[in-house]
Amino acid sequence: MSVLFELFWRFFQTGLFAVGGGLATLPFLNEISEATGWYTKPQLADMIAISESTPGPIGVNMSTYVGYHAAGIPGALLATFSLALPSVLIIFLVYGFLERFKGNQTVDAAFYGLRAASVGLIAAAGIGVVNLTLLSPAAWKASGALTDLFNWKGLLLAAVLLLATRKLKWHPIVFLAASAVIGIVFHFGGV
Amino acid sequence: MGSYFDLFLTFAKIGVLTFGGGYAMLPMLQKEVAEQKKWATEEELMDYYAIGQCTPGAIAVNVSTFVGRKLKGYPGGIAATLGILTPSIIIITVIAAFITNFAELSVVKNAFAGIRVCVCVLIFNAVCRLFRKSVVDLPTLLIFLTVCLASLFTSLSPVIFVLFALICGILIKKLGGTSK
Repeated sequence: MSVLFELFWRFFQTGLFAVGGGLATLPFLNEISEATGWYTKPQLADMIAISESTPGPIGVNMSTYVGYHAAGIPGALLATFSLALPSVLIIFLVYGFLERFKGNQTVDAAFYGLRAASVGLIAAAGIGVVNLTLLSPAAWKASGALTDLFNWKGLLLAAVLLLATRKLKWHPIVFLAASAVIGIVFHFGGV
Repeated sequence: MGSYFDLFLTFAKIGVLTFGGGYAMLPMLQKEVAEQKKWATEEELMDYYAIGQCTPGAIAVNVSTFVGRKLKGYPGGIAATLGILTPSIIIITVIAAFITNFAELSVVKNAFAGIRVCVCVLIFNAVCRLFRKSVVDLPTLLIFLTVCLASLFTSLSPVIFVLFALICGILIKKLGGTSK
């Protein structure tokens, strides 16, 4: 079996069975590493770090990276498109279904419940990011001082941004760019 | 042809501005797709997220396909999806080829520590907006809290939460609890 065909098949499966977003692809990427030897576990850890610190959805970034590792630029393209293919096919099907049952009371009732759950899931994901970014439980455990639990620089920036985003209706990119500069100037990463 | 290209470009722009998972894309979608281009309402975006979270694949891809398909049929769905994928392909390939220690660079570490703070705030704002639109009464508040807490404190699949909410929604409306 050629590498390209195997890439297609493995990423198509990942796209088809990883439900719930980027990090749901992790167990699949672990398995691919074991089965093919295209990359090692430490290399996978590096790929995750890079996927998290570059623009683009994490799951898509990781597929491109693994594909490139396995077979260069054709591999990068093939892995990414193979990951997306099941999504596209399934969403086309779901969209057709929704169009057919538009205005149907049962479908509307289902969405009444679904929307609240959807926001609940996004809120939970957001709390996860806040936890990682603004709190450092590890430092707190190590020192025992409660003040070490909080990332003070981060909290201050968050407070300023919260006010700024409410007052100024600028495009989010302005706030992202400003935060990147502030992060560099004030050594937010601690390095 | 022009409108397909517009879809592609808009989603490529959203891809460049997404730092994190599919949820980090939400503030950009609200700004670009709902507010500026008026391609979908915020309620529709919420529906697409709900479906995107319980169907297979990356949420970002699922939502992009949805918006594109709604706007311009099958080719539209493909154009939007290619748009969201393109920045990842270019940026990651360049980094993989040339800058193997990218994530270790101190400039990158510091910049991203700053960006992550901003992503927190943007998601918080996005959730507040969606909360006001989707949590409209007591039953929806209970669904919101149950799903949010269960998602935080258990490792159950989102599919289970979404099915739970779907069934709750139908039962509540059919039993005529709170009719809108």
